[in-house]
Amino acid sequence: MGGRQLTVKRLSADFLIIGGGTAGCGAALSFCGVSGGSVLIIEKANIERSGCLAAGVNALNAYILPGQTPEDYADYVRRDAEYIIREDLVLTMAEGLNRAARRLEELGLTILKDADGNYAARGKRNIKINGENIKPLLAGAVRKAPRIAVLERAAAIGYIVRDGRVLGVYAIGTDEPVLYAVRAKAVLCATGGAAGLYRPNNPGFSRHKMWYPPFNTGAGYAMGIRAGAEMTTFEMRFIALRCKDTIAPTGTLAQGVGAKQVNALGEAYEEKYGVTTSQRVHGTARENAEGRGPCYLRTVGITPDQDEELYRAYLNMSPSQTLKWIESGLAPSAQNVEIEGTEPYIVGGHTASGYWVDTDRETTIGRLFAAGDVAGGCPQKYVTGALAEGEIAARSALKYMHDAWPSLSAAETDALRHGLEEILNRAPAADTEDSLEAEMQAVMDEYAGGIGAGYAFSEASLAAAARKIRDIESRSEKLAAKDMRELVYIFELRDRLTVCASVIAQLAARRETRWHSFAENTDYPEKSGQWLKFVNSRLENGEIRIILRDLVKRGDRYEH
Amino acid sequence: MSIEILTEKCTGCGACARVCPGSLIKTGERGVFIERPERCWGCASCLKECPAEAILLYLGADIGGLGGRMSVRREGTRLRWRVEKPDGTARTITTDAKQSNRY
Repeated sequence: MGGRQLTVKRLSADFLIIGGGTAGCGAALSFCGVSGGSVLIIEKANIERSGCLAAGVNALNAYILPGQTPEDYADYVRRDAEYIIREDLVLTMAEGLNRAARRLEELGLTILKDADGNYAARGKRNIKINGENIKPLLAGAVRKAPRIAVLERAAAIGYIVRDGRVLGVYAIGTDEPVLYAVRAKAVLCATGGAAGLYRPNNPGFSRHKMWYPPFNTGAGYAMGIRAGAEMTTFEMRFIALRCKDTIAPTGTLAQGVGAKQVNALGEAYEEKYGVTTSQRVHGTARENAEGRGPCYLRTVGITPDQDEELYRAYLNMSPSQTLKWIESGLAPSAQNVEIEGTEPYIVGGHTASGYWVDTDRETTIGRLFAAGDVAGGCPQKYVTGALAEGEIAARSALKYMHDAWPSLSAAETDALRHGLEEILNRAPAADTEDSLEAEMQAVMDEYAGGIGAGYAFSEASLAAAARKIRDIESRSEKLAAKDMRELVYIFELRDRLTVCASVIAQLAARRETRWHSFAENTDYPEKSGQWLKFVNSRLENGEIRIILRDLVKRGDRYEH
Repeated sequence: MSIEILTEKCTGCGACARVCPGSLIKTGERGVFIERPERCWGCASCLKECPAEAILLYLGADIGGLGGRMSVRREGTRLRWRVEKPDGTARTITTDAKQSNRY
C-alpha cells in the first residue's frame, strides 16, 4: 500500500534547546561561553524573527538602574504579583539583568545613553533602546557560533523520558515528512508560553492580531504536563492592557508622553483601582462594565514633534499602530487612544505560570531545564530576564555533560512513526483543527473567565469548562491531517487543550481572588492570607492532581 | 491584520518565506503567496526582508482598517516606511537602527 510515510532521522547534541526565541538563543550563546559541548536548537519556524520579539520591542523593561539593587527589583515583582513569587528565582534572575543588557549592546543593540555614558532611564526599571532588530542580532550571533546547530521548521511534539529523566525529544518537520528522534545529555525547554487558549479580542479575520505570538501554542507546557512534570500558578493568567484593535503596547504612551488612563467622562481612574499590572487591567474592565467606557490614554494635546516620535517608536515594535494613525489621519495629538484588555494568556515571563523548577532552573523531570516564558515562579522577566534565566539554565546543565549518551528505544520511535502516519492517512473527520480551536476558545471565554465573561468564573462554570474541554480533547484524537503542516496544527490544538485543562484545574483550586481579572473567582471574591502559597499541579494516571506548596523565602535555595 | 504580496513586483527570492515566524508564506509557480492570511500576526518581518517592496501590510476591516497599505525599503541601518493612505496620497517615515526610541 502507498500512503503518506515519514522518514526517521536521528540526531544528538550535548545540550538540546527547544525553541529559538530569546531565552533559547540566549541560553545557546551562554552555553558556548562556558562549555566546548555541542548545542542543537530546534525551532518551529526560523530563529531570525521567531518568538516574542518578531516586530521588535520598545524598551528593556527589566534593568537595575544606578541606585537600585536586584533586591529592589525583587521587591517590585513581589508587590506586583501579590506575593506569589519564588524569591530564589526572581533574585537570581535580577542579578543577571544588567549583564544581559550589556551582552545585547555588544551584539549591536542601540541603547540610549545620557551625558555621563550611563544607559538612559525610562521610569524606575526600564532603559531606552531601538529594539526593532533585537531578534536578528541574537539570531546572527547564534548562526556565527561554531558549536551551535539550528534545526528549523521542526516542531517538538514530546519528550523522551525514562526513569524520571529526559533522554531527548521527538519532533516533526513542519514541511518535510520527517520524524526526528533527538537525544541529549540535557534538554532546555524554551518554547514560550501559550496564546490562543481564549477567544481573542477580534475573533474574525484579524484573530491573530493579538498581544502574544499566536505561534506560541503552549507546546512546552503541554509536553511537560504529559510527561508528568509539576507545573505552577497557571491560575495567574496574564491579560495585557493594549491599544484597541491593533493590540499595540500602551506603555510607550503612558511612560513616554505621560498619557493618563481616562474613562469616557474624562476622569483619570487609575488611582481608584491601584497600579499593579492586574489592577490596571481590572480598572479598565470595571469602568467599561459600569457604563463609563470606552477608556482611553489621554494623548490629545501632545505636540506634533511627539506625534512623530511616537510614529517611529511604534514602527520599531508594533507597526500596525503607526499605520492606523496615519491611514485614519488622526494623530495621537488629535485623538485619544482607546484601550482594552486582551484575552488571557499563560506566560511565565509576565506572571508566575510555568514549570516548577529548582533554583538552578531544573524541572521535576531530571536533566530537563526551563527558561523564559515556560519557566514558572518568576514574573516580570521580559527580554533581559529571559536571557538571564537562559544563562542560569545553561550553566546548570554543565553538570551532566560528562555523562554517557542515553540510548533511545528504536521500537518506541517506530511505534510513534506508525501512529503519526495513521493520522496522515486516515479519512477526514467531521471536525477540523480550526473548528475545534474555535470551540475551545468559546468554552474558555464563556466558562473559564475570558473577555466575554468579564474575566470572571465560578466553581460551577469551571466544572462545565472542564467537561467541555475533555469532550473537545476526545474529538481532537480523531482529526486527520493531509500534510505535515496540518499535522503540526493538530498537535498545536492538542497542546492548547492540554494546557486549558490544567488552567481550569488550577483556577478552581485557588479559592480566593488574589489578582483581579487575572483570576477573578466569583465564589471567593476576596483575597485571603490562607492562600499565600503556590497552587501546583501534576498529571498522574490521566488525572490532574493539585499540590499546594509554601512560598520560598528570600535567601533560600530550593531543591526538589 | 495581514499582508498582500504584489505578484508583479515579487522576484520570487523567498526571503520572506524563510523569515516568517508563522511559516505562513509559501513558494508557488508565480512567486510567493500567503496561504492563510488570517493566521498572520502582523509583525512585518517579511516587509523588511523583501528587496522589491512587493509586500504590503494592511489592517483588516474587522479592526477598523480603512484600506491603507504599508511597505518598507531597507537602506543600510535605515528602514524607509511608506504608508499609502486610502485617498491615494502617501507619506514616508524613516527609522534608524542606530537611533534609540526617545520614549
